[in-house]
Amino acid sequence: MSDFAIDVAGVTKRFGDKTVVNAIDLQVRRGEIYGFLGPNGSGKTTFIRMLCGLLTPDAGRGTCLGFDVLRQQAEIKRHVGYMTQRFSYYEDLSIRENLDFIARIYAVPDRAAAVQRSLERLRLANRSHQLAGELSGGWKQRLALAACLIHSPQLLLLDEPTAGVDPKARRDFWDEIHQLAADGLTVLITTHYMDEAERCHRLAYLAYGQLLARGTVADVIASAKLTTWIVAGPRLRAIADALRGRAGVEQVVAFGNTLHVSGREAAQLDAAIAAVRDAGHTWTRAAASLEDVFIGLMDTARDNFA
Amino acid sequence: MRRFTLHRLWAIVLKEFIQMRRDRVTFGMMVGIPLMQLMLFGFAINSDPRHLPTALRLVDQGPYARALVAALRQSEYFAITREAASEAEAARLLQRGEVQFVINIPEDFTRRLLRGERPTVLLEADASDPAATGPALAAARTLAGSVFDRDLTGPLARLRGKPGPVDFQVHAHYNPENITQYNVVPGLMGVVLTMTMVVITALAITRERERGTMENLLATPVRPAEVMIGKIIPYIVVGYIQMTLILLAARFLFRVPLEGSLALVYVVSFAFIAANLAVGITFSTLAKNQLQAVQMAFFFFLPSILLSGFMFPFRGMPEWAQGIGSVLPLTHYLRIVRGILLKGSGPADIAPELWPLLAFLVIALLVGVKRYRQTLD
Repeated sequence: MSDFAIDVAGVTKRFGDKTVVNAIDLQVRRGEIYGFLGPNGSGKTTFIRMLCGLLTPDAGRGTCLGFDVLRQQAEIKRHVGYMTQRFSYYEDLSIRENLDFIARIYAVPDRAAAVQRSLERLRLANRSHQLAGELSGGWKQRLALAACLIHSPQLLLLDEPTAGVDPKARRDFWDEIHQLAADGLTVLITTHYMDEAERCHRLAYLAYGQLLARGTVADVIASAKLTTWIVAGPRLRAIADALRGRAGVEQVVAFGNTLHVSGREAAQLDAAIAAVRDAGHTWTRAAASLEDVFIGLMDTARDNFA
Repeated sequence: MRRFTLHRLWAIVLKEFIQMRRDRVTFGMMVGIPLMQLMLFGFAINSDPRHLPTALRLVDQGPYARALVAALRQSEYFAITREAASEAEAARLLQRGEVQFVINIPEDFTRRLLRGERPTVLLEADASDPAATGPALAAARTLAGSVFDRDLTGPLARLRGKPGPVDFQVHAHYNPENITQYNVVPGLMGVVLTMTMVVITALAITRERERGTMENLLATPVRPAEVMIGKIIPYIVVGYIQMTLILLAARFLFRVPLEGSLALVYVVSFAFIAANLAVGITFSTLAKNQLQAVQMAFFFFLPSILLSGFMFPFRGMPEWAQGIGSVLPLTHYLRIVRGILLKGSGPADIAPELWPLLAFLVIALLVGVKRYRQTLD
């Protein structure tokens, strides 16, 4: 058995004449938490749907849990837990009925006990008779996670699982994900949150159907070769206007009381800073953050839908 | 490993039953529609209306004129509610719709009758609704021939109505008293099933797609046929409950004589219920949302109720309409059910109507499954 839970190459999906996912290669190791980032409409959901057999790729090949993604979709479905972006369990069924339904579909052995275990693990036991439609966002997310874990999958595909969930519930959720990964489960997760991206073992950045960067957080930052200056002080607006448009300045972004100025050509950027620099502000050269890197990638990526 | 499995089918069936129980409105519709239609069609609608308001302009006061009026009353079709003093008043009553008929008996009626001059009685009808006046007019015509047989005796006997050259004997089989309910209540079973079965299944799959639960279902190993059949089974049960309700009402509330085998009705109904569910499933694969699904169901329902022979006599329709009607499952089901319940038909009698029904079922299922598969992958 290969070391990779996901090992695909050249995966492509077209809807009409739009190429939504363009020749993506991806390898995810077993037991790894792999983050999938990118702007809305970048093809993340389409890619995940191809992995779990909901869509058939137009081109490409590869395996998911050792099964062929083009031909063995039924086997893949049996060993993958997929959590959709939108809550997609039955709102008119209670928590327990939803879990029981999914357990029956997967023919989980000793179903009643499995449902009970899953209720307790995600602390849903004392709400088990509540209808799913009456739950708040955080509890719905917990139910969805419980449901996609009930058949003990080897791979979890989570599509923006924490959208609209409060910070405490998000933190609990990530603790749970790390616990599952420690037990050997592989997790592919899409998110827009930078703090969540940093909690992944490795990540990939997708924009307009193209894979633009991948690796550990440090790898991704290093490969971007981005230099960032942080400016603090009064009247940052004037500084920003003065910097924009100068050679070497690619991004000027306000972060609270500071300004992040970034560019890939360090020498040009330093020269631009030197021209504007004054004594009234503190000027610090710092490592680029993940967000600086992603915004830089997005700006340079060609929007093939535009 | 893309096999059909019973445990997944059962999971869907159970889920559908729970959802059905929770969805009060739909559940109410499934029980409420048959009850409401039973009440409306069973009690309110009558294609053989009697006791119609009639104005009488009786100028002649002779015994024969009065005997004629009494006979008209006796027929139960005419309820004499007004006496018109003049032609103008009679015309006004008819114009305003206060009466359905005006009976004019002229002043020389008795005299001319006794002279053998065949006096004229003018029966004016508000025939804007032919269905309302038809049976009454027919009754009046037959009455004229025989009304005075008892009074014209001795030398007057020569004035009696003469028998025609042919003795036309009429035997009205199966429903001799022409009771509308006998025809309507069994037919109602087909109408109620068409209405509820198509709408409910048209909604069943569209709802999954609209609520986003379809994506989840597709990500599990469940097969299309398991979803489809799993969704159909609970509604077959519902269909049989509706049928039973109507049959009970037919027997005990409307006293419809149930001549044939009820078991045969139940067996044949399986094909009819399944055909309607297959239509619903097909609609649900075409509709983008629940509203569209309901609209499509109505497009199917309207010709079913109008062209099947439920409301209007099938043989009275032009050929193209009969052609459309012959495609619809309700047309054949009505004939089968009326045949079994009113005429006591057996399996051999209904076979010619069963084949078109089965053919419709097979085609609807094929279209449904084909469409369903395409939208799945």
